[in-house]
Amino acid sequence: MTENESVAVLGAGVMGTGISTLVAGQGLPVTLVDVDAAALDLARREIRNGLRHAQLMGAVPADRDPGALHTTLSLSDIRKATAVIEAITELPDLKAKVLAETAAIVDPGTPLISNTSGIPIDELADSLPNPGALIGTHFMNPSYLIPMVEVIRGPRTSDETVASVLSLLTRLGRRAVVVRDAPGFVTSRLLHPMINDAARVVAASTASAEDVDALMHGCLGHPTGPLRTADLIGIDNLVDSLNVLHARIGDERYRPSELLLDKVRRGELGRKTGRGFYDYKETAE
Amino acid sequence: MTAEQQARTESIEDEIIRFVTAKTKVAPDVDQDLFATGLATSMFAMQLVVFLEQTFAVEIVGKDLQLVNFRTVEAMAALVRRLRGETAVTGDA
Ligand SMILES: NC(=O)c1ccc[n+]([C@@H]2O[C@H](COP(=O)([O-])OP(=O)(O)OC[C@H]3O[C@@H](n4cnc5c(N)ncnc54)[C@H](O)[C@@H]3O)[C@@H](O)[C@H]2O)c1
Repeated sequence: MTENESVAVLGAGVMGTGISTLVAGQGLPVTLVDVDAAALDLARREIRNGLRHAQLMGAVPADRDPGALHTTLSLSDIRKATAVIEAITELPDLKAKVLAETAAIVDPGTPLISNTSGIPIDELADSLPNPGALIGTHFMNPSYLIPMVEVIRGPRTSDETVASVLSLLTRLGRRAVVVRDAPGFVTSRLLHPMINDAARVVAASTASAEDVDALMHGCLGHPTGPLRTADLIGIDNLVDSLNVLHARIGDERYRPSELLLDKVRRGELGRKTGRGFYDYKETAE
Repeated sequence: MTAEQQARTESIEDEIIRFVTAKTKVAPDVDQDLFATGLATSMFAMQLVVFLEQTFAVEIVGKDLQLVNFRTVEAMAALVRRLRGETAVTGDA
């Protein structure tokens, strides 16, 4: 681990913001890139709050100063990064394009880490001159509170890349479980159809969202219930991820349910818009 | 304490209770541990911080950002009073 270590994060949405909070909270400098200036403004505020949230939950060392945060619209600012974490929108072509642009900017051999929810790493690796540098890490939201990360090793991922990313994750205080490459890996393969089915249960009026979550929590030990999880993920991202999985697995359980599509059309995306299956406005009405 | 102090004291607790009730659909007791009894999650903890800051015009930073200050309605009200520079209201103070 060198003293000059610095991490670039691409995409300042839900995940890029949370991952940047994690990296900065553990004392490493971060450069956060987005194409949308408003997303970067929001991310700076959210990262400030996220650092406080991490402190509140005892998830950052109290005696460590946060790493410096630099936000930018220019991808060329990440030239000196020692690792790049890609967390842009879950669209395969867009990710392939941005990863190729990134590979042309950073030092050869710099680990390129995709936070995709379900696109096979080997599929994304096709766009790269050095496919060995690409690996998947599936951080969960909020990344700065959840200690475990699913790591996806593609068939062409190099040993050096695996070793370097596992050491970065250790430096960030995360525990890794390494799995093989497949659509949705382990966690999305299991979680996404469950959430999709939970939305179908609500649409069929079998039970309210509150009751579905209460049962999954109270009977099956799910920490918050699938529909609170949907709101935390962001329902637009959930639909994108389900589309990725449906196209690659073929099973109808992965086809986004009408209720989810409807919520996206109405802009009820979950916590990020203040409303999804639940209401999140900060003041009591 | 004076009637005015009394009213103000009650209103902090009441406002917090109203917020928690609106968010969780359960009315908590003032000394109920919201986390141990499953009403509050780690995500809700931060909503509580932001709610207190906005509603009572205080800033919660440094060592005050500890879960123990947010476990009960009582603890949150005490934190707000301390940050507003009001002395702790213990009986006949
Ligand atoms: N939300 C979750 O809980 C979750 C969990 C694990 C993994 N993921 C995955 O993480 C990734 C990000 O998801 P999210 O929920 O943060 O999405 P999001 O929609 O909240 O944010 C995506 C961000 O990427 C930006 N972006 C788009 N094109 C870009 C480009 N060319 N360069 C830089 N930035 C660009 C967008 O402006 C937006 O701010 C996705 O692949 C998603 O599947 C999400």
